[in-house]
Amino acid sequence: MAVLLPAAEAASRTPLLVVGFYLFLLISLGVFSSRLFRGTSADFFVAERSIGPFLLLMSVFGTTMTAFALVGSTGKAWELGNGVYGLMASASGIVHSAVFFLIGIKLWAIGKRHGFRTQVQYFRSRFQSNLLGYLLFPILVALVVPYLLIGLLGAGAVMRGVTVGMFPETFAGTTLPSGRVMFEGAIPPWITGLVVCAVVLFYIFAGGLRSAAWANAFQTIVFMITGVIAFVLISSKLGGMDAATQAVIDNSSDHMTRARIGKLQFVTYMFVPLSVGMFPHLFQHWLTAKKASTFKLTTVAHPLFIGIVWVPCILIGIWAAGAGIMPPGGNPNALLPKIVQTLLQDPYLTGLLTAGILAAIMSSLDSQFVCLGTMFTHDIVMHAAGEDRFSDKAQVMLGRGFIVFVVGVTYLLTFFPPPKIFDLAVWCFSGFAALFPLVFASIYWRRTTRAGAIASVLAMVVTWGTLFYEGLIKPTLAGEEMEGDFLVAGMMPVTLIFAASTAALVLVSLMTKPPSDEHVEQFMVES
Amino acid sequence: MAVITVLHFDFWNWETTSVVLGFLPTGLAWQAGISLAAAAGWALLMNVAWPSRVEEWAARPSALSDDAAEDPS
Repeated sequence: MAVLLPAAEAASRTPLLVVGFYLFLLISLGVFSSRLFRGTSADFFVAERSIGPFLLLMSVFGTTMTAFALVGSTGKAWELGNGVYGLMASASGIVHSAVFFLIGIKLWAIGKRHGFRTQVQYFRSRFQSNLLGYLLFPILVALVVPYLLIGLLGAGAVMRGVTVGMFPETFAGTTLPSGRVMFEGAIPPWITGLVVCAVVLFYIFAGGLRSAAWANAFQTIVFMITGVIAFVLISSKLGGMDAATQAVIDNSSDHMTRARIGKLQFVTYMFVPLSVGMFPHLFQHWLTAKKASTFKLTTVAHPLFIGIVWVPCILIGIWAAGAGIMPPGGNPNALLPKIVQTLLQDPYLTGLLTAGILAAIMSSLDSQFVCLGTMFTHDIVMHAAGEDRFSDKAQVMLGRGFIVFVVGVTYLLTFFPPPKIFDLAVWCFSGFAALFPLVFASIYWRRTTRAGAIASVLAMVVTWGTLFYEGLIKPTLAGEEMEGDFLVAGMMPVTLIFAASTAALVLVSLMTKPPSDEHVEQFMVES
Repeated sequence: MAVITVLHFDFWNWETTSVVLGFLPTGLAWQAGISLAAAAGWALLMNVAWPSRVEEWAARPSALSDDAAEDPS
């Protein structure tokens, strides 16, 4: 999430103190939650399957919502109008809960009965295929890593924007080819990345996924409250909610409509939130649930939480358009921090908003770090060496080692970000969404075969790769400016990828020998 | 939930510039209503269609053989 603010007035260090206080609270929570850690591998990787309804709701919501929920949604509404809520948020409210109910509960039951801790373990066992496991592992990792990078780079960009002028004698800033100096005296992204990695590592190293769940709950509360506070104060500064909306009608009536969104795009965007069905980090959170009924609160409250976070941000975005507020450098993701800085001019609020954005980023990062560490431990090392070779304690140590490894590698990768990294998010979602037919069929269609599952994954890789090249790589290499989402005949690319993976799964399954009833029965959850 | 999903595609609100409650664009209000309806719908579904045998199924011992993950081919 690139938030680039130009060098402006010398700022006080109060926002930094607020952020520092927030990080201190997070570390304190890490110390507290680590005391709950029971020292077992089951506790480290899946919190002993003991998480209750409230913690599951908060950890799942915090993990699902990235910084995009705050800054991205505001910027997108400024670009496209109020239809962004229907396009991205209310669709997610419906689809996410459906996935929690139809997929999450069943996978929880299967995971509990057979002792699975990762998606790859499940698919490998369900389809009796090591090949499928080795095929899925790099794909899942490759789709998660850009998220991690976006989170760390976004955190760095936010802090750099907010801290401009705070340390003029320490940090010289960036000199542009024109000779203009940007971000003078601002904390450089490598320091923010280091601090964020260190804080997240601190609390997940000690307590694994249990600590991540606690931290997510806290961070979710922080970013939800931040959004609401920003909304109330900003609407007040704009003369009240009625006046702010009237300004949109008068000055930018397009933002009151969905004129900037295609109808086919709107319909086919519904495929994108299916991605939650294949997020490996969400799979792991589902396994932490104490009982099946733990999912009830998450399923019901998720659409409400989405509304609480997104509706205020969408309104702020269109109000900014009505008030003629422009984001710095034309970058929509910089809009919300700009509004807070210029409209509210309160260092405490700037600090609070920054903490809220960091909370949204870190609440996704922690689960992804733990998840990748768990995958390396179970799907590669323990699977290759044999599970019996490692004691329970050794498994925890191995998990910790891999988490440190994943955090370290991700941090190093932030020094070499691929071009258009921030455009990768929707492509990652599309990749996960196109794997949804696989997880759905594995639970509900007995006739799904190993060959069908592998064909589905390969079809996803080929179609995703082709469209990714056409939609992002090719225009980037040609130096073309991309405006708006890449669409195929007005549809989101995920539609075609999803159709290809579904067709491959069904056709190849029907053409190949079905698995034995005895084996499949082990995965057919009774309702 | 199927009805809510269909109502989510509110093409009749595409060009609307009117407001609800004095400040909320009609299209946004409709979609916020969809979120509320989704929550209510799921709450109802939890009561009438809850998979009550899932927990009992999950508590049964696993009958997967140790080599279940091995590709027999």
